[in-house]
Amino acid sequence: MLRTTASEEHLETELLGLDFVQLLTPDGTRVTNPRFDPLVADIGPDELKALYEEMIVVRRIDTEATALQRQGQLGLWPPLLGQEAAQIGSARALRRDDFVFTSYRENAVAYCRGASLTQLMPVWRGTALSGWNPYDIGMATPAVIIGAQTLHATGYALGCAMDGVDSVAVAYFGDGATSQGDVNEAMVFAASFDAPVIFFCQNNQWAISEPVGLQAQRPIAERAPGFGIPSMRVDGNDVLAVMAATRVALERARSGGGPTFIEAVTYRMGPHTTSDDPSRYVDPEVQAEWAGKDPIARVEALLGSLGAMTDDFRAAVQEKADAAAAELRAGCLGLPEPEPLTVFDNVYATPNSGVERQRSQYAAYLATFGVAE
Amino acid sequence: MSAAMTTETRATETPGSQTLTLSKAINSGLRRALEDDPKVVLLGEDIGTLGGVFRVTDGLQRDFGDRRVMDTPLAESGIIGTAVGLAMRGYRPVCEIQFDGFIYPGFNQIVAQVAKLHYRTQGAVKMPITIRVPFGGGIGAVEHHSESPEAYFAHTAGLRVVSCSNPQDAHTMIRQAIACDDPVLFFEPKRRYWTKGEVSTELGPDTLPMEKARVVRQGTDVTLVCYGPLVITAMDAALAAEAEGVSIEVIDLRSLSPIDFETVEASVRKTGRLVITHEAAQFGGIGAEIAASITERCFEYLQAAPARVTGFDVPYPAAKLEEHFLPNLDRLLDAVDRVMLKRNSLTGWGE
Repeated sequence: MLRTTASEEHLETELLGLDFVQLLTPDGTRVTNPRFDPLVADIGPDELKALYEEMIVVRRIDTEATALQRQGQLGLWPPLLGQEAAQIGSARALRRDDFVFTSYRENAVAYCRGASLTQLMPVWRGTALSGWNPYDIGMATPAVIIGAQTLHATGYALGCAMDGVDSVAVAYFGDGATSQGDVNEAMVFAASFDAPVIFFCQNNQWAISEPVGLQAQRPIAERAPGFGIPSMRVDGNDVLAVMAATRVALERARSGGGPTFIEAVTYRMGPHTTSDDPSRYVDPEVQAEWAGKDPIARVEALLGSLGAMTDDFRAAVQEKADAAAAELRAGCLGLPEPEPLTVFDNVYATPNSGVERQRSQYAAYLATFGVAE
Repeated sequence: MSAAMTTETRATETPGSQTLTLSKAINSGLRRALEDDPKVVLLGEDIGTLGGVFRVTDGLQRDFGDRRVMDTPLAESGIIGTAVGLAMRGYRPVCEIQFDGFIYPGFNQIVAQVAKLHYRTQGAVKMPITIRVPFGGGIGAVEHHSESPEAYFAHTAGLRVVSCSNPQDAHTMIRQAIACDDPVLFFEPKRRYWTKGEVSTELGPDTLPMEKARVVRQGTDVTLVCYGPLVITAMDAALAAEAEGVSIEVIDLRSLSPIDFETVEASVRKTGRLVITHEAAQFGGIGAEIAASITERCFEYLQAAPARVTGFDVPYPAAKLEEHFLPNLDRLLDAVDRVMLKRNSLTGWGE
């Protein structure tokens, strides 16, 4: 079934087009788009309000987590400020049986997949290396090594196809990751095997201090067609455009169309992590320009024009956001300290004489201090 | 002579027993694994139509199809990383790395992902991935085709590392590796691919577990620890030493992580002398770990400092030099003399 020659036919990419897809302008104007509008026809005012509420909540979570770090309760936090639409618009397009492989900034994706707020905390508080069981929410634990997860998504997608199910794997990664070999290998593998995987690139313009121009000389979306993967370039701060594009990609994958690449053009409004100092490299004018393209403000403007932005709604959303923040804080502070000997747990799935010997010896050592096992 | 061969030669009358090369023995083990478990899939470069550059997967794609025996694009990280995703989906991938020296592009996925995912996820995600690696020198190959990178992986928590030395173990251990819920680096001694031996395909409760070493020759004077391609060399050395009145116990380590120290320690307590050999470089190698651990465990039983006979701490040399790089019978006997406190090549040698 493998092709023995490279196809010289024009890619379906021409059908998808590399035009910048935007359905909602920064000032909240709904732009008609005959190709993408039908894909979000089900998003009426109520659905839009739900998306708005979620974006407010995850932004509030982000603020609270940053505060927790500043207060010494978290070792580190990678803010997603500015990327709410890219993450929620895509994640809300998925089914429960789809499987998501992300990097470390996708806390809104985890929220959408069903991770509890407390489960967002252990990695950053240092009480555990992961916060949830991947199989419970259809989302792998974050990959910190840049780009590694794109191959995992491709393999998982291959498994879905072999199982004869129409579940889809989604790889989230950033603009910096596109320079990694793994991302490029993942695209080769996915294209060669028609794997039902979506490559969802959040181009937030920065890889810590390195601007996207160091990673790519052309729009990142243009890279995928060279791999034989149709590609879309969307306004990543437009929750409707992101959702529409994700649905296009999902439909392709579910119907045996293989992989799709989405470049969600967005902006990292905060630091890389709480350890970073963007004042050393970010141009305030550029930052201000992007602040004018805020993903939440435009939905608020649209809801306002629809008469849906009532005081009651605004208050209810705020209340929910504050409750989420309180829950996050309580969950964080309530995380149990790991027991010393659990350092030896789960290194292997099967008994291992080497680890067991060290566990036994360290237990004896701890016992000399009167520490119980 | 009391040093009888105890290679546990399998009863040739056993049903399913046949004479196979080591390469074919792995092939039959892979075939059996593919038959027994529909979740077993093979991935690698040239493993399909060609049957692998060493023909280890010969005929398997023909019989199991191109989704279970997949020729992959030429990218080792891609092979391993894709296997991670397949494993998360419930598959048991068996990856072939074409040559030892080609594993490094996949190193990141192996040590940062495969090795750590079970630990990272607190046991939620298993990584039953087998990574087959033809390794070692002695075939006159060009650069990157003769290396012994096993210590890199033995140093990495979360991985199991094994090496087979004979056709029976090759068959048995590849099936054990695939059935194991942990990731296994499976090092195949490429210069012994054509070694023949009786192979029984019956695995039972008496089958030696993968992580156990085997005493392949009993002896009383010196414990000689080896694995993979050097087991045959060690047996030859033991035979030669016997003619000089030195009784060598040869231990085929089989598992390099974890190491079956109990078996090695029991032997050293008996012999009081330890020689370790491997093709890999000496510094920070398996031999260093064994020498240190055995010294810690039974220092009072040692009658001489442990000796290592290994590749030198140099890059793998050009083919015309590899006879100097590779441990051989004479270098082993020289080390035996050293631990026997007899005159040897270092007698009178000084810095």
